Amino acid sequence: MSQVKEKDVDQVVIKFTGDSGDGMQLVGNQLTALSALSGNDVNSLPDYPSEIRAPAGTVAGISGFQIALGSKKIHTAGDYPDVLVAMNPAAVKHSYHFVAKGGMIITDSDTYTEKALEKAGFTSDPREDGTLAGYDVKAIPFTTLTREALKDVDMPAKDKDRSKNFFVLGVLCWLFNKNPDEVINFIHTKFGKLPVVMQANDAAFKAGFNYGETTVMFQSRYKLNAASIEPGLYRNITGNEAAALGIAAASKKSGLPIVFGSYPITPSTEIFQEGSKLKNFDVITMQMEDEIAGICAAIGGSLSGKLGVTNTSGPGLALKGEALGMAVMMEIPLVVIDVQRGGPSTGLPTKTEQSDLLQAMYGRNGDSPLPILAASTPDDCFDATFEACSIALKYMTPVVLLTDGYIGQGSCPWKVPKESELPDIPVKFIDDPDYDYKPYRRDSKTLAREWAIPGAKNLQHRIGSLEKDALTGAVSHVPQNHQVMTDTRMAKVANIEVPDCEINGADSGDLLVISWGGTFGAVKGAVDRVMAEGKSVSSINLRWINPMPKNLGKAISRFKKVLIPELNTGQLATLIRSRYLVDVETLSKVKGDPFREYEVVDKIKEVLGE
Amino acid sequence: MASTRAAMANRGVPRDEVAIVSGIGCSSRFPYYMETYGFHTIHGRAAAIASGLKVGNPALDVWVISGDGDSTAIGGNHFIHAVRRNINLNYVLINNKIYGLTKGQYSPTSELGQLTKTTPYGVVDYPMQPLKVAMGLGGTFIARSADKDIKLSEEILTRGANHNGFSLCEIYSNCVIFNEGATDHLSGKDKAEYSVVCRHGEKLIFGKDKQLCIVQDGIRLKAAKVSDVSESDIVVHDERNAELAYLLSAMNNADGQPVAFGVLYCDPDKKSYDDMVYEQVNDVKAKKSGESLDDLLSSGNTWTVSSTICTSTGCKTM
Repeated sequence: MSQVKEKDVDQVVIKFTGDSGDGMQLVGNQLTALSALSGNDVNSLPDYPSEIRAPAGTVAGISGFQIALGSKKIHTAGDYPDVLVAMNPAAVKHSYHFVAKGGMIITDSDTYTEKALEKAGFTSDPREDGTLAGYDVKAIPFTTLTREALKDVDMPAKDKDRSKNFFVLGVLCWLFNKNPDEVINFIHTKFGKLPVVMQANDAAFKAGFNYGETTVMFQSRYKLNAASIEPGLYRNITGNEAAALGIAAASKKSGLPIVFGSYPITPSTEIFQEGSKLKNFDVITMQMEDEIAGICAAIGGSLSGKLGVTNTSGPGLALKGEALGMAVMMEIPLVVIDVQRGGPSTGLPTKTEQSDLLQAMYGRNGDSPLPILAASTPDDCFDATFEACSIALKYMTPVVLLTDGYIGQGSCPWKVPKESELPDIPVKFIDDPDYDYKPYRRDSKTLAREWAIPGAKNLQHRIGSLEKDALTGAVSHVPQNHQVMTDTRMAKVANIEVPDCEINGADSGDLLVISWGGTFGAVKGAVDRVMAEGKSVSSINLRWINPMPKNLGKAISRFKKVLIPELNTGQLATLIRSRYLVDVETLSKVKGDPFREYEVVDKIKEVLGE
Repeated sequence: MASTRAAMANRGVPRDEVAIVSGIGCSSRFPYYMETYGFHTIHGRAAAIASGLKVGNPALDVWVISGDGDSTAIGGNHFIHAVRRNINLNYVLINNKIYGLTKGQYSPTSELGQLTKTTPYGVVDYPMQPLKVAMGLGGTFIARSADKDIKLSEEILTRGANHNGFSLCEIYSNCVIFNEGATDHLSGKDKAEYSVVCRHGEKLIFGKDKQLCIVQDGIRLKAAKVSDVSESDIVVHDERNAELAYLLSAMNNADGQPVAFGVLYCDPDKKSYDDMVYEQVNDVKAKKSGESLDDLLSSGNTWTVSSTICTSTGCKTM
């Protein structure tokens, strides 16, 4: 194999596309895990249709999975794929125009029948009619080669074809210089109970790897060095998994069991699914009859002296609004994790967006303030969830944590924290039976009210959703009392101590780009790129939306211009404008798709007048 | 309220271990009149909140005080699922067949033809019968009384509270302002003519002079004169018989039948939701007793990044 060159790269972007059922997500996840294991930094972006399975071989039915591998720190799943794996003509049609110029398109030559081309919307073969000119097309008969490799395996021909994805993975494993043993181990673990399937996938994978090794189709293979990342124990994690673990960790460090009430909704469901596995960590899950019952069960849990948690997405948050207002009124700890998706209404269930920000901020009747924070990467969902739980307990308040479909379902390597490194979450219950307990007596610093729970001797009291007397908690319609309580609730949230925001780059200059939540990666990547070109641009990632960090106003004032890229039509920009009376340029995108770095780079240059 | 207080007293549960959850409506002011823990919540959601409270602390005696508006309209879904789960709540449904707090609109339990502010020409939707619904859902404790019958109310509320599972006590109540007299016939001096009190093992006989009874007519129940039937035809109440309880729960005056009061059904053997939740939690804890938080966080495919750190000034191994 001496004629094969090794091509040193520091980042490569791969996109898999195929019919739902072609196993693209599985292959994508495997390559992600494999690359992470070999020390690359990775970032992945699944992309699948929300419609009930569209007909096979049509563009509407294509499911995709994009990953970026890097030998340096990377922040997004990449702009343009360098390599597109397209399992049929429809998959080519779906994604070829995204591929970087000169990039590679690997496709299954067995699928190029006249009928398949027609279904995909091609009038002629794109490999021959110039459509794919300028790309390095590798047409490989995946189906034939897989069948050939599996000729001794005792299974029906149509089942054999299902191993095609492992053949493809074999080819890629070779192409990207990854250790095949890891995949073989995976196949043996995952399919151990189905020996024939295991044998088939094993054979297909090895055949794919050998194909790379023995054909002259590829003139070079990629070589990515390990990224220089902080030493430690790592695992790959999705944002939703990380959020579930964050809940378990908060339970352990606060000593409070969790009452996790939920109702399934895409793309946040996995938080509840993962949480349901954690009963031995005192995460008690209740799958309720609807979104409202989900949050109400969590509220009931908090009233019992546990920590109530619920998760949801867009329209679910709308349904939870009334109960969330009650939690504001009752001043109880509660955590709502909202994995945002495209809206309004049912909108785009499987597509990412950031358009619940104003709903979280204002989507309740009355002046109903609550803390809002946003997670920025899949692994950050752990820290952000843990922090949301701490704040809820410290300030006796419901908290909304915003993540989104991109970081909730995307994955990245996570440096596994040790329990001993996590801070304790102090919780104080009033339990002295002789104490003159007043439900709305407050801590003078945090303004958190005192907490006594049912079962505590002699501390019976009644609270509810009607306005409260500022001390006793008795129902009060006294005008001045409502003023005082409204002001107090506002002040309590406004005075929450949040860390100052950090500036990436110089602390003054021509342009400040503010990211929040899932836009962090693209903004950081883009700003780093233009800074390297010598431009006077810095960035801030806003983890805390309500309240905002105390140093933010000053930081903004030191820049000539401010740009906020958002996956909505300018919701954070609206808040920043009204709060700091500063003009803000926006970069808005609502295509169900996260920003690519180049989009932010282009906008930065436009704002700078270039 | 007197009956509820009495029932709580009968139970002997200390008041600081009692929590009352209510929704919105006249009935829902209830917690404020009690010296227990109380949560006055939002319209229709008391059952869901109480479910979280009970699972959060199963040792608490959790009562839900709700009205027909709360339980059969806006909160119908939560009511249905709380019954279905058989969660151990003491659910008191105070039914006055009208929306009182919003000043006199009809409710899902209002009678066909009833004149209310939103039905000046009469109600045209059929009423819901909460006990019949609860029987259909596999409810495990179903009982009924009227507010003025303090003794019977106390009796069913006490039994309901002692029941380990969801206990539903429907209490017919009079709204003196907006539906005055709607249930008078069931609680006034003629109540014996319009209702039958069901007691386990006793014959279903009613009427001022005990002249009427319930007999079986095929697979249905019907009212008859005692004098017209042989004694053995009179149905004997069996509160463990779900089919009988279903028929009793469905009897209503509109069909010329007496309304059934007392404990219509009681199945103490069906496990409660909260018990099962904790059985499962304890099972999982026993099976995974060795798993620490560190084990959990570091589960799955992990890898160790060696301690070579590269910075702009070069790489060093630590």
